[in-house]
Amino acid sequence: MDHPDSFDVIVIGAGHAGCEAAAAAARVGARTLLLTQAVETIGQMSCNPAIGGIGKSHLVREIDALDGLMGRAADMAGIQLRVLNASKGPAVRATRAQADRALYRQAIRQLLDGQENLLIFQQTVVDLVVEETVGGRRVAGVVTQMGLTFRAAAVVLTTGTFLGGRIHVGLSNHPGGRAGDAPSNALAERLRALPFRVDRLKTGTPPRIDGRTVDFSVMDVQPGDEPTPVLSFMHENTGSAHDVGTLERPRQVPCYITQTNATTHDIIRAGLDRSPLFTGVIEGTGPRYCPSIEDKVVRFQDRIQHQVFVEPEGLTTSELYPNGISTSLPFDVQIALVRSIRGFESAHITRPGYAIEYDFFDPRDLEYSLETKSVEGLFFAGQINGTTGYEEAGAQGLLAGLNAARKVAGQPSWCPRRDEAYLGVLVDDLITLGTNEPYRMFTSRAEFRLRLREDNADQRLTPVGRDLGLVGASRWRMFSGKRAALEALHAALERVNLNPGTTLALSLEGVTGEQITRESPLGAYIRRPGVSLTSIAPVLSAALGVDLPEGVTTQAEIEIKYEGYIRRQDEEIAKIRRHESIELPRGLAYDKVSGLSRELAEKLNATRPATLARASRIPGMTPAALSLLLVHAKKMRASAVILEQTAD
Amino acid sequence: MGAPEPHGGLDRDTIVAVATAPGQAGVGIVRVSGPDARAIGQRIGGLPLPARQALYRRFRDGSGEVIDSGVLLYFAAPRSFTGEDVVEFQGHGGPVVLAMLTEEVLRSGARLARPGEFTERAFQNGKLDLAQAEAVADLIAGASEAAVRGANRSLSGAFSERVHEIDARVVDLRVFIEAAIDFPDEEIDLLADGQVAERLSWIREALVRLRADCAQGVKLRDGIRLAIVGAPNVGKSSLLNRLLGEARAIVTDIPGTTRDLIHADLDLDGLPVEIVDTAGLRVSADAVEAEGVRRALLQAEQADIVLLVSALDTNERSVGHPSDEPVPEGIDPDRVIFVLNKLDLTADPESVRAEVRTEDRVAISATTGEGLDELRSRIRERAGFVPGGNLFTARQRHLLALDRARSATDQALALAADSLPGELIAEELRAVHAALGEIVGEMSSDALLGEIFSRFCIGK
Repeated sequence: MDHPDSFDVIVIGAGHAGCEAAAAAARVGARTLLLTQAVETIGQMSCNPAIGGIGKSHLVREIDALDGLMGRAADMAGIQLRVLNASKGPAVRATRAQADRALYRQAIRQLLDGQENLLIFQQTVVDLVVEETVGGRRVAGVVTQMGLTFRAAAVVLTTGTFLGGRIHVGLSNHPGGRAGDAPSNALAERLRALPFRVDRLKTGTPPRIDGRTVDFSVMDVQPGDEPTPVLSFMHENTGSAHDVGTLERPRQVPCYITQTNATTHDIIRAGLDRSPLFTGVIEGTGPRYCPSIEDKVVRFQDRIQHQVFVEPEGLTTSELYPNGISTSLPFDVQIALVRSIRGFESAHITRPGYAIEYDFFDPRDLEYSLETKSVEGLFFAGQINGTTGYEEAGAQGLLAGLNAARKVAGQPSWCPRRDEAYLGVLVDDLITLGTNEPYRMFTSRAEFRLRLREDNADQRLTPVGRDLGLVGASRWRMFSGKRAALEALHAALERVNLNPGTTLALSLEGVTGEQITRESPLGAYIRRPGVSLTSIAPVLSAALGVDLPEGVTTQAEIEIKYEGYIRRQDEEIAKIRRHESIELPRGLAYDKVSGLSRELAEKLNATRPATLARASRIPGMTPAALSLLLVHAKKMRASAVILEQTAD
Repeated sequence: MGAPEPHGGLDRDTIVAVATAPGQAGVGIVRVSGPDARAIGQRIGGLPLPARQALYRRFRDGSGEVIDSGVLLYFAAPRSFTGEDVVEFQGHGGPVVLAMLTEEVLRSGARLARPGEFTERAFQNGKLDLAQAEAVADLIAGASEAAVRGANRSLSGAFSERVHEIDARVVDLRVFIEAAIDFPDEEIDLLADGQVAERLSWIREALVRLRADCAQGVKLRDGIRLAIVGAPNVGKSSLLNRLLGEARAIVTDIPGTTRDLIHADLDLDGLPVEIVDTAGLRVSADAVEAEGVRRALLQAEQADIVLLVSALDTNERSVGHPSDEPVPEGIDPDRVIFVLNKLDLTADPESVRAEVRTEDRVAISATTGEGLDELRSRIRERAGFVPGGNLFTARQRHLLALDRARSATDQALALAADSLPGELIAEELRAVHAALGEIVGEMSSDALLGEIFSRFCIGK
């Protein structure tokens, strides 16, 4: 039967991509349905319960700047938060929140429940309604397990590791989407029949441990930072109306660090003959940066120990996540290896570690909007695109949900560029280069890293988010307040002159210890390496008669000190924008372009870049090859015009 | 065809190239196209610069010194070959003068044009019709192939090795710095160890040395100095005469005939070469000859290129892998081309020649002239002088890239000295790496991550 209600956008899957997708579509006004196998697991953190970290927190801040859920939920559920890379510079500074798994689910649920235009339904999706059109195919809805059909012009698929999922513990394996949950095999079959390139990836988790059986006294303590950092702009002190007062932080607890040792490594080596990884049972490629403990022991034989971060799963559970010993070794080996680790001598494993293999779709078959090239109205987001991580999934979800809604409304799609957001880097990397391992964000992937900071994600994205309809009134009010304060501060710094011997100069000298010997605008004074705006803020605040909350001074200071670097990149960015405006014809047969190397022609044929800018990012591309593409593109367009004219 | 796009080209910067065929032609043209063309024309050729008038001018460098004089032409956009502002300096044509003019234009802010780029811009700006498009594509394809060949030649031997070595050190340092940034929990903290400045200094020193050595190789203004050395009676003077095409040196079969140095000037397809033929290198009781040997070595040490001549074994049908003449002490082996003479006396010259041939070894016969063309082209390559393009060869681009790498290294060192944030040092190093990447090939960020994962045990 057909469900009597009609929807604009249907989101399949309520993990991190699905929740952001559904919320984003609903925020911009689409009637949205979120379909999940189990309402209880909405917003579930299947791997370790932590949000953020290097590169990832940048994505969280971007999601947040577009009024998404993740940052706010992480603040509501965070039980240990740290700022990483504090000394390495503002661009690579990153916030990481250890979260209470249950509180996080609750927070996400609360935010979804507060969202207009959004309904939730529990039922496994087994099929897509796909209609043949003149030019190809179009999605028209979904069919659930009980034969119920929901109709919608746009469907966002965020099924994570559930498509064709297979769980491995030792040499035994079984179908599964996540420990305890069934995979979506019917849907996987159906999708494999559509013209997508499908491949397998692998990821894993460690065994979980009962904290009541662990001796923490022999481990290093890793407390959270004081004061407790925040991920959401909504919880920052920027002086204007903000939610800091209403945010209740959960009790903060520490994490612990212990290490593996020679005995652990011997146990692992002895169990390798029953490892699915080393016996060839697992075909999928795992991530290079998140290897299993058996991988680490085999590949880095000279290491006598590996760190294990012992992370609490929550305040109301004694379960622990031993980060660093992900494994798919047989369970008896898991017990032995865990108990060989300091502090874990009498540890009880509550859930075995496992590896999971799953289907992913070659993201080169996607547009920037994350709509699939071959089925109109069908969008993919999250792990099915070959990524890993809640943050990567959430960011894609938001983009796919937004663009699904825009598609239904007949509006053009939107995606930030590489110089505007990590979200832009993520999508561009995926659809241009594809991936052969679970893709994770790192700051080193961003060539414009110095611009893409946590602190300015709101400056970069909230205004466009407002235009897109993603950003609600309360965030906009807050952002506008911060922006006004920043502008006022910048203006004051250029307007006010600093003269030696004045009261202001003397009090500044008192703070910095640096002599002021000649007249200069305050702005120039702050550019001096030894001067920190944050530390002189109280003096300035009194002298200028303006309120200078910390969020504003920090931001202004970075903008001032990094001005030169930012300007240096402008030219490079201008060039990319020009290249972005040059579209490459879809039908260009790259193997017929004389002068292109065969290798490049193959890469171009596989990627089919939409613009010259994208082509330029294909590894091995040369300026001469770009010139060739340009000439051929123009030639094809010119021929098309002539053909049209002849037809007339 | 629709209306021409206002700025159809890939880039809107100003480009320059020598527009005439290389060699000692009567007239040589340096063409400049782009938004800054007119300003550059005025800077070098003086004011005023009205469009479409042939003006006789002196072309001066930044210090006011005259490089050349000739006709200066300015075509205002869109009425020009490329559709952009175009300036042409029509000078006296010698490759050295053209190179100096081009260099001056580069100093004024233009960049070297890619092969076929003028035509490409003309096409993009609607100056060529569709029928010509195929020709444009072929031109770019062909020219880029030539450029690749040029780059390969330029990258031969020692230069390439040294750039690769520096590049490897840059990768090493980047791997550490990027790993410390992206994996702070992994106990990799080079930044805190103060080793960064030390490693940066090494890179800087190596870049400075390499650049200086390269500059020696490309003395375009003065030409290069070539020394011919070798044991007595291996045919050094015959070789000189072959190169010069006249009987300048005394050629006899008595070892030690050339007791003094012979200087001669040669124009090698436009590359000025000063050749010094030397006395045979052997221990001699004859005081005059001993003095000749001493002076020969001194000349060889100062030469840009040394032809170390030896005679092929005439008894062997094939030479197998002949052991090269040992390079005399004091001579930089990187500057040596091993010349194996008397090819005509071997049993099977063709196969001997093929077997002997390496990047720095060539078999010739000074008597018949066989192998001389090959030797000439080796000399040109060594000098970084590739005819068929203009004087600014791929190698010249490489030197510009080295300069950029150097200046970014300087920046990084300054940052390290001031203890400024690691991410800024990382940014400068990215620039260093990108500049070297123009020579040895670019490394993607994903490949760099791959290096990190292969060297460090990353991952929780």
